[in-house]
Amino acid sequence: MQAAEIHQRLVEQFGDRITGANLEALDPWVEVAPAAIAEVCTYLRDTPGLQFDTLNDLCAVDYFDADPKKAAKLGDTRLEVVYHLYSYPQKHSLTLKVRLPRWQNDRPGELPEIPTVSGVWVIADWHEREAYDLMGIQFLGHPNLRRILCPEDWVGHPLRKDYEFPLEYHGIRGR
Amino acid sequence: MSMQLEDPRIVEFDVRTDEMLVNMGPQHPSTHGVLRLLLRTDGEVVHEVTPHIGYLHRCAEKIGENLAPPQWIPYTDRMDYLAAMNMNLGLALTVEKLIGMEVPEKAMTLRVIIAELNRIASHLVGMGAYGLDLGSFSPFLYAFREREIILDLFEEACGARLTYSYLTIGGATHDLPGTIQIPPGLAALTRRSMNTRLTWLEALSLFLDWLEPRILEYHTLLTENQIFIKRTAGIGILSPEMAVSHGCTGPVLRGSGIDHDLRRDGERIYTRMYDGYDYNVVVAPFSNAPPEVVVGDNWCRFYVRMIEVVESIKLVRQAIERYPKAEGTHRVPYKMNTKLPVGDAYLETECPRGQMGFYIVGNGDAQPLRARAKSSSFCNLSVTSELCRGCLIADIPAIVGSLDIVMGEIDR
Repeated sequence: MQAAEIHQRLVEQFGDRITGANLEALDPWVEVAPAAIAEVCTYLRDTPGLQFDTLNDLCAVDYFDADPKKAAKLGDTRLEVVYHLYSYPQKHSLTLKVRLPRWQNDRPGELPEIPTVSGVWVIADWHEREAYDLMGIQFLGHPNLRRILCPEDWVGHPLRKDYEFPLEYHGIRGR
Repeated sequence: MSMQLEDPRIVEFDVRTDEMLVNMGPQHPSTHGVLRLLLRTDGEVVHEVTPHIGYLHRCAEKIGENLAPPQWIPYTDRMDYLAAMNMNLGLALTVEKLIGMEVPEKAMTLRVIIAELNRIASHLVGMGAYGLDLGSFSPFLYAFREREIILDLFEEACGARLTYSYLTIGGATHDLPGTIQIPPGLAALTRRSMNTRLTWLEALSLFLDWLEPRILEYHTLLTENQIFIKRTAGIGILSPEMAVSHGCTGPVLRGSGIDHDLRRDGERIYTRMYDGYDYNVVVAPFSNAPPEVVVGDNWCRFYVRMIEVVESIKLVRQAIERYPKAEGTHRVPYKMNTKLPVGDAYLETECPRGQMGFYIVGNGDAQPLRARAKSSSFCNLSVTSELCRGCLIADIPAIVGSLDIVMGEIDR
């Protein structure tokens, strides 16, 4: 099914919770309101004709730059969670994007929150743990949201653009 | 509470064995690198397996954000280091998709030769190491003897033996070499003089002619070996639903009976490389499998890899024929300061271990805003705890080995 048709069906089903789309992009994407993501994913997986039965990738992108000139090119300062979906029976793919604030309520240190999709696709469990670990996103309802690649006592989220490399970790000098 | 037992012997029935936590790894040889498995065992039976990963983590994605894509290529070598060419190709194609670059026919044919040859080398290691996991030492030695020749040929082409950085954005860094001295291993195996000089493609054909009949020998060594069948058939059964939901790809997915191969079903920018080639996608079930075999078990996953070697040999042979006639050059130049357009591109390619995905977000600079590598082994490993529930401790190396993971790719 073409991306435009999928977008049409999503808009009919979810109305204004589908907040945007770019169907001419290299990978056509649909933007979803954060609170609706789990519902949208369940719908995409279970609806005949759509059947997105696997999640190829889940990752987050940090749209932020300390340099105001460069930051102007990025648009709004934000975090984006990107979902790459694929359907084996239908052989079509779709990209979902969700915009999140970099910090919940603009209070630095409070991680932005989004519902988990680990109940929809099991693999999202590990991908979300990675996104939490490296980008600092709180996945609400996740069964086991622990760091996966970094050590448990690591401080900070390394893929954030304003991450500061630790000078010292357990007696090991960083720089 | 005082309770009068009618028969004092009943107490014995209430005794349970203690559950024990056993730590397997990170230095256990059959965990293929630094993977740590935490087992909750009751005697020999495993109740729960928790994989702990991250021992090789170096945040390659953060490094990628500070480099132009051609500079990041050497870092992709170190992800799946057994199939570095396929990793290079994945990133190169993703960047080509983002900037809309067309690669000439000659470069595409070269890429087919190199990528499929690396797939053979990678599956040979997978086969040999799997035999090693199950206590059979000799297949490993044979596998490395064969792989050595492929590495020699790669060394002639690009100078490196493990981390090649050969396939790059726009094609490959060099054209395939002309006349070379015969690789010593090949000379010994085919009883030729060490001073024989022949073209690179001739040496490759000679090697493939020699390799193809050897596959039958591996089948007698491992595939049809009764001990091997007893250790693999009917163990670690991965149902197709579970494989799909866990995001398993590559031989693990096809071993569960799902007919999906990105070389045929992928995006156009990737599949056009394989246009007009005659090859089969290897999918379980197999008509010649022993009767104990169940679709999705260790044996099927192993057998898919074995047959894929044969299919890759077919592909390389066809590419060798096309290469001298192919049009264009081996490379379209890509300047290091090329500005990546604003936008993003995600592309998955069929690597020996599954679908490796790269996601590049450009923001008008030479360096991407985000460089993401989605690892196939990472997803394949996530089924371990499901597959190992209720199995015996001795089956854990058999199950983890059949997934054929590479930790460099999982931890990135």
